[in-house]
Amino acid sequence: MKIKLAILLGLIIVGLMLAPQATQAQKKMIQVKGSDTLVNLVQILAEEFMNKNPQTPIAVLGGGSGTGISGLINGTCHIADHSREWKQSEISQAWEKGVKPRFFVIGVDGLSIIVNGSNPIEKLTMDQVGAIYRGEIKNWKAVGGADAPISLYGRQSNSGTYVFLQEHVLKNKNYSPDMKEMNGNAQIIESVMQDQAGIGYVGVGYVVDKDTGKVRKGLKVLNISKDAQSEAFSPLEKANIDSGNYPVARALYQATNGKPSGGVADFIRFEVGPEGQKIVEREGFFTIGAAHQENNEKNFK
Amino acid sequence: MPLFESAQEDRGDAILPGPPHFIGRAETTGPKRMKKRASSRLKESAIHAFFFVNGILAVIVLIGIFGLLLTSAFPAFKEVPIGHFFTSTKWDPTSPVKAEFGILSMIASTLMVTLGALVMAIPIGLGVAAYLSDVAHWRVREIVKPVVEILAAIPSVVLGFLGIVLFGPVIARIFHQSNGLNAVNGSFLLAIMSLPTIISISEDSLNAVPRAHTEASLALGASRWQTLVRVKIPAALSGIIASFMLGMGRAIGETMTVLMATGNARSFPHGLLSSIRTMTANIAIELGEVPYFTTHYYALFAIGLVLFLMTFFVNLIADLILHKYQEREQ
Repeated sequence: MKIKLAILLGLIIVGLMLAPQATQAQKKMIQVKGSDTLVNLVQILAEEFMNKNPQTPIAVLGGGSGTGISGLINGTCHIADHSREWKQSEISQAWEKGVKPRFFVIGVDGLSIIVNGSNPIEKLTMDQVGAIYRGEIKNWKAVGGADAPISLYGRQSNSGTYVFLQEHVLKNKNYSPDMKEMNGNAQIIESVMQDQAGIGYVGVGYVVDKDTGKVRKGLKVLNISKDAQSEAFSPLEKANIDSGNYPVARALYQATNGKPSGGVADFIRFEVGPEGQKIVEREGFFTIGAAHQENNEKNFK
Repeated sequence: MPLFESAQEDRGDAILPGPPHFIGRAETTGPKRMKKRASSRLKESAIHAFFFVNGILAVIVLIGIFGLLLTSAFPAFKEVPIGHFFTSTKWDPTSPVKAEFGILSMIASTLMVTLGALVMAIPIGLGVAAYLSDVAHWRVREIVKPVVEILAAIPSVVLGFLGIVLFGPVIARIFHQSNGLNAVNGSFLLAIMSLPTIISISEDSLNAVPRAHTEASLALGASRWQTLVRVKIPAALSGIIASFMLGMGRAIGETMTVLMATGNARSFPHGLLSSIRTMTANIAIELGEVPYFTTHYYALFAIGLVLFLMTFFVNLIADLILHKYQEREQ
């Protein structure tokens, strides 16, 4: 009993000594939270930034766009990563709490529809992808594949990618309740690589093997067309994204509370600047165009 | 070969040590003795108070949690009719069409993985316990028992990971499915998680059966198998049932492994090989991003309340079984 009490007392004392330091460290540290599609990219950007500016520590967490946005509203992070736009309810909630979000586009993503490498399908139309995820098309035969039930993989509802797909591809209808909801892009990729009848959606930065520069083995990225008449395009080519030919491209955002200042502003400037954009490209995403640059500049002021 | 090892010999009829002697009593001289006595009495009452606070703390925490669950869950039923909440199989709170709050699929899924886990874990657990207490050489037991107990120390997230990369593909191949993220996988992992509890407590209670019972049975000509099944297991039944219930409690409340290994599809389970979402996994997935004080938020607490009540009733039923059994004994 005495020994246990002594240990407990010791722990409490050590805890009390560490606590103020921990909160102090947290005060200085820039907290970035949100989109799981962005988390790897932003982590690498933060590392490079910290190599040059060791006085500004940055911590990057995932959790999904919704998590990041509510983090910014509740004041638990300085920058929110998000791969979808804010909902009206989120914006009004932010204003109620005195948080005035400013948005910066740090990269562009071609949302990739992936299937197992052994799947003979090469392309789908937007309507087909929507019908598959709504659960209306249940068998690969219906879209020209083998006779096998489609096994759906998707993200969880806190994911920006989940919401983006629901709005832009599912036409604001419900996902099929049979969709397996995975905890991040990497898990979807692992599952689809193992599942011959699987289909999934992930950020384009996740499908390319960093070492070879090619699509990861055992995975196939489908070409997507706007409708049955038009040509299908691959999200892997920058030209298709820039021209707007690839139908499920989207901007990747960061939001701050009010005009960014100090370390936060420096970091975002680094990300949207030439050095940061080089990293964005290296990680498999696409650089931002002139229109986004202009908008970013407006939000810095 | 001896049936019992020396370490277990006296368990059944061990003599309790006598009450400890108080230190202050043996003192002789007057005022010193009085002083000592007063300080000792003070110490006694301080210790008494300390343990009273500890004891009541658990009760306060329990009442507090239950109160919080009730108050946070109740507003959900203003928006969602309680009948609909329990009988609808549709759960889609972020739907752009119509938000749906029905938890029947999740209740069915939770019960399915839990029962599946028990079906796998009970025979194996009881078998291992009987082997360890009756058959195994003491050297084997010295090795196996700690290993079983270490099994309990494996973090659930590690088991979940094994479920994804190892058991999932194996299950997919065995049952000719395209993937192994389903209820069977979850049940299998939960069975592994509840095994240490079942084995450890069952073995302890088998060992606690007085040696006289066994000896009498053997002396009457019963075989060791008959002795085990007709004498020892019935005598240890209260502990064995308690171990099943504790294992079940572990399985119902487990979150991370099922979250990782069952695929989390929201539909009502089509069968053992369909992807399912348990109540715990649903809370874990959605509570992180839910806007506070909305119907969705309250509904998640309502799921928590249902979960709490379910485990409560598991314990209550276990208690009733034990009680009835003990009454019959007397």
